[in-house]
Amino acid sequence: MTKNINITLKVWRQKGPNVKGGFETYHATNISTDMSFLEMVDVVNEQLTLDGKDPIAFDHDCREGICGMCGAVINGRSHGPEKGTTLCQLHMRHFSNGDTIVIEPWRAKAFPIVKDLVVDRSAFDQIILAGGYISVNTGGAPDANSIPIAQEIAELAMDAAACIGCGACVAACPNASAMLFTGAKISQLALLPQGKPEAANRALAMVNKMDELCFGNCSNERECEAECPKEISISNIARLNREFVKAGLVSVVK
Amino acid sequence: MNWLTNTIGASVGKKLMMAITGLGFCCFLTIHLAGNLTIYGGKDFFNSYVDHLHSLGPLVTLAELGLLFFATLHILTGTLLFYQNFKARPIRYSVNKRAGGRTLGSATMPYTGFILLLFVIFHLLNLHFVDKTNTTTFQLLSSSFANPVYIFIYTFAVIIAAIHVSHGLWSAFQTLGVDHPKYTPFIRGLSIVFSVAIGIGFGFIPIYISLLI
Ligand code: HEM
Ligand code: SF4
Ligand code: FES
Repeated sequence: MTKNINITLKVWRQKGPNVKGGFETYHATNISTDMSFLEMVDVVNEQLTLDGKDPIAFDHDCREGICGMCGAVINGRSHGPEKGTTLCQLHMRHFSNGDTIVIEPWRAKAFPIVKDLVVDRSAFDQIILAGGYISVNTGGAPDANSIPIAQEIAELAMDAAACIGCGACVAACPNASAMLFTGAKISQLALLPQGKPEAANRALAMVNKMDELCFGNCSNERECEAECPKEISISNIARLNREFVKAGLVSVVK
Repeated sequence: MNWLTNTIGASVGKKLMMAITGLGFCCFLTIHLAGNLTIYGGKDFFNSYVDHLHSLGPLVTLAELGLLFFATLHILTGTLLFYQNFKARPIRYSVNKRAGGRTLGSATMPYTGFILLLFVIFHLLNLHFVDKTNTTTFQLLSSSFANPVYIFIYTFAVIIAAIHVSHGLWSAFQTLGVDHPKYTPFIRGLSIVFSVAIGIGFGFIPIYISLLI
């Protein structure tokens, strides 16, 4: 049932990448519980704009949970308290009248703050550039299903491919590690025949890039898996570990 | 050798070092516990176990050197990982909340590890680097555990070790890539059973000895 609630927000405000930031308090009044979290911030921003103040900067695009642009840490939880949801898909009915909500950006050295809640996640793009691809010759498109792939394997690859690159795993990881993201990207290709030829190169290049970008080291805390909006499993991290060991110790790739 | 240093030096490689050395310690703990349980067979039974062990001579030295090597790797790598992980998030969150993944063990690995290091040093000074010419190991133990402070230190350290391995054991398997829907639940369960066994197995020995006195 629709209700209207009043809440207090404590939002991280930071004018630019290298300036000091801090929390500002805002009151969001008369918020419909049918609103999404981002719509609630839109309402607050409208009032800020009318007051001649700088609106809260935050990332978003599709607002239907598929693009991976949105995300913030809500009361200590990446994408808020609901399991398997992006911030844009979190609804205000999960909050109560009078709640205080602390909103912080993803915090990681590899994700520098651009402004307020917006962080630069191009580190993920660099990991993909390092090896998250397969090489295919141009020319006539190969026949679909010409390579048989077992249903279970296809499912596992699809599960890994569900990653939308939102960065919640890094944000939720106590070590700011990117192993769930990288594990998902390595897995989705390593599982399929098309990904096999470059598997060793990929595992080494992507892990090395991840390290170079100053992501932390995984200590199997499993917070990533619990916070991932696509519920990517840490089995993908174990697969990354296997792929890396194979590539490092028994492949001919240097 | 470049390929080797590159592999070991990477984040995943350092974790492998932790996993292999950590599993080594788990094997050590199992053997150590099995030996120590001879205490329940009485003073003479225990002393004869100790004599048998020491009669292995060079084999014992070899095992000690192996453990020392593993400990050096485990501690240095662990410290480096801890430092790097700390640096990976320069600005901390003001609100921290678990999503259900973290456990007491996983959240405290570097701290329980460090306490274990202090304990191992204390333990070696207490029972290893001592003059044993005119005494038996059992006498050494009973004079130590006559002091309640020693009982406390040992029991506390054993609980810390149990907490460390409750995460460490399954974590090592995950790091080694040993993960399968059929076996992983068993490995997770085994970690808990192992840590409880370590806790209870070692934990009651000081109390038992103090009761004998
Ligand atoms: C002597 C002092 C010790 C220190 C300073 C220490 C430190 C650490 C640290 C910091 C980690 C976490 C590494 C990470 O996940 O990033 C770790 C993991 C581990 N430790 Fe220890 N530890 C010590 C002793 C022991 C002992 C006695 C055992 C044996 C029972 C043990 C078994 C393990 C295992 C199995 C892991 C998990 C490896 C993995 O996650 O892959 N450690 N240790
Ligand atoms: S693994 Fe999950 S949390 Fe991490 S980037 Fe992908 S979708 Fe987001
Ligand atoms: S805005 Fe696209 S996933 Fe949230």
